[in-house]
Amino acid sequence: MTVHAIEPSGINWSKRKALLIEAAIVAAVALLLIFIVPAVLSGFRLNLLGRFLALAIVALGIDLIWGYTGLLSLGHGVFFALGGYALAMHLKLQIPPESSIQLPEFMTLYGVTELPWFWQPFYSFPFAALAVLLIPAIMAGLLGYLVFRNRIRGVYFSILTQAMTIIFFNFFNGQQQLINGTNGLTDFKTLFGATVSEPSTQFVIYAITVLLLVAAYALCRWLTSGRFGRLLMAIRDDESRVRFSGYDPTSFKVLVFAVSGALAGVAGALFTLQTGIISPKAMDIAFSIEMVIWVAVGGRASLVGAILGTLLVNFAKSLLSEQFPDVWLFFQGGLFLLVVLVLPDGFVGLLRTQGINFFRTLIGRRRRSSTYPSLEEDAQVQYERQNLGD
Amino acid sequence: MNGKILEIENLTVSFDGFRALNQLNFSMDAGELRVVIGPNGAGKTTFLDVITGKVKSTVGHLLFKGRNLRSIPEHRIARLGIGRKFQTPRVYLNLTPRENLELSCNRNKNVVATLFRQTPSSERRTVSGLLETIDLVHKADLTAALLSHGEKQRLEIGMLVAQSPDLLLVDEPVAGLTDEETEKIGDLLLALAESHSIIVIEHDMEFVRQIANKVTVLHQGSVLCEGSMDEVQHDPRVIEVYLGTPEADYSVPPIHEPIL
Repeated sequence: MTVHAIEPSGINWSKRKALLIEAAIVAAVALLLIFIVPAVLSGFRLNLLGRFLALAIVALGIDLIWGYTGLLSLGHGVFFALGGYALAMHLKLQIPPESSIQLPEFMTLYGVTELPWFWQPFYSFPFAALAVLLIPAIMAGLLGYLVFRNRIRGVYFSILTQAMTIIFFNFFNGQQQLINGTNGLTDFKTLFGATVSEPSTQFVIYAITVLLLVAAYALCRWLTSGRFGRLLMAIRDDESRVRFSGYDPTSFKVLVFAVSGALAGVAGALFTLQTGIISPKAMDIAFSIEMVIWVAVGGRASLVGAILGTLLVNFAKSLLSEQFPDVWLFFQGGLFLLVVLVLPDGFVGLLRTQGINFFRTLIGRRRRSSTYPSLEEDAQVQYERQNLGD
Repeated sequence: MNGKILEIENLTVSFDGFRALNQLNFSMDAGELRVVIGPNGAGKTTFLDVITGKVKSTVGHLLFKGRNLRSIPEHRIARLGIGRKFQTPRVYLNLTPRENLELSCNRNKNVVATLFRQTPSSERRTVSGLLETIDLVHKADLTAALLSHGEKQRLEIGMLVAQSPDLLLVDEPVAGLTDEETEKIGDLLLALAESHSIIVIEHDMEFVRQIANKVTVLHQGSVLCEGSMDEVQHDPRVIEVYLGTPEADYSVPPIHEPIL
């Protein structure tokens, strides 16, 4: 197997082939989700699936910053909410022209007579769409720059992100007049003239969610493969070694944190469209921690794991809380304990390490033991294998 | 190359009043291989820390190729041409030796270039060459976690060389190695010394004798004496602080017997 790798053309060809196969699988799954699944699932379940797929985008972001770069962020709820609010503000400005008051209805309740200045640009959809990406990215980038430049790492970074969550939560809660405080923004009417709550509109939003998830996956895949991705893992495994090799880890971490924040923003916007509400609850600490659990369950440093973990935990959550509303939280806690104690690499990690052997036992072939390549060529070892068994 | 590659004058590093380095003076010619020894706590590792920018000096001058390193962050010092090997092998365990070397070999280490630039074939060739030098060709594509201690040491030295630094700082490269591996590392360092300036910190006296022609002894944060291995071993001050205690666990023959 090493012989392949020494020959450069050999790697390129097999790498490209593997990439093509992967792209084909992703495309097939996307088509399946868009065209087949809606025919099978009821409208309610489909809407749930759409929401969970949106959540999978933020899980990809967390995987990027935690699984690959080793920075445990417990504050992605903030970026998620910022994205959600950015789009919700655009939705709240879809006021029919014949209406006498050209303001979101909650503002009139609090005696606001003129649209606040920062709401003005959200009339434009392109602006709102950019804001969904850029506001969380810039927030994350700024915070990241301040934190990483001062070499704050590990648990201190996690605590800081939690503190940020609390600050934002309280701030958004307090702004009754400007963004409707605790109640959040809800009761969306139209988007591009289509009624948001209409099933056909929801289906389009679902399809867009699938496509954006594919795009997010492709982006993360690109970032984590190649030299950049290897550098992220190097930062995770030994940051000062990276520094003494001449790289500045700060800029890499800031970039990844910003990308991760932007992904959370996109997820928040899509989630808001499908649930019909965004409120400061999204900045609840518990929600940010839940996100981390999805990734942990699926498998850190595995993009597919992040997506599958999100779907698995959330469907379990909705099924269990329908049947036994009291049990869910215990189950979630138990699941997290199980993963931490037994499956440190999550379910995908388990499949990766044990799956091949398990599969080979199933089809009746011998387990493949991992050895040094030189052993494969060692005549003595081969002889013993053939005559004495492994 | 000629001239001084490293000049240190009056350098003091203190941690909460404790002077890990105390008015240290040190200079080294380009192309030299220098071994630094000293008892535990003499400030050897701090000495490397201050050169690589990990700790900042409180007082004094630190010139590398005539350039003051005092206010430059670590990664820039590394780019200027100082490579450091840590005491315990520090390689990226989840990457293969080839990937480890490629990361160090990368010429343009800013974010954008790392993200968008393809690895040029010249770098690939350098990496392949290095894998041969450090004798890891057959394990080039296994994750580094599977390497033995000695192989990791060699890989880390390879990573240093991949940076193509002018000055290599090597901290106890043979700690915990077998005699055979020790000799291999010694040969590797001697080969590298032909084209690099190297500072080696070491405890193992056999090993020091194998590679050193000039030795600097540190004691309590300053240079105690400098000279060839023989001169140093016969210096009464060195004997007093370091080599002279017969019960000490250094593999040094008793001083009164002829050495070599």
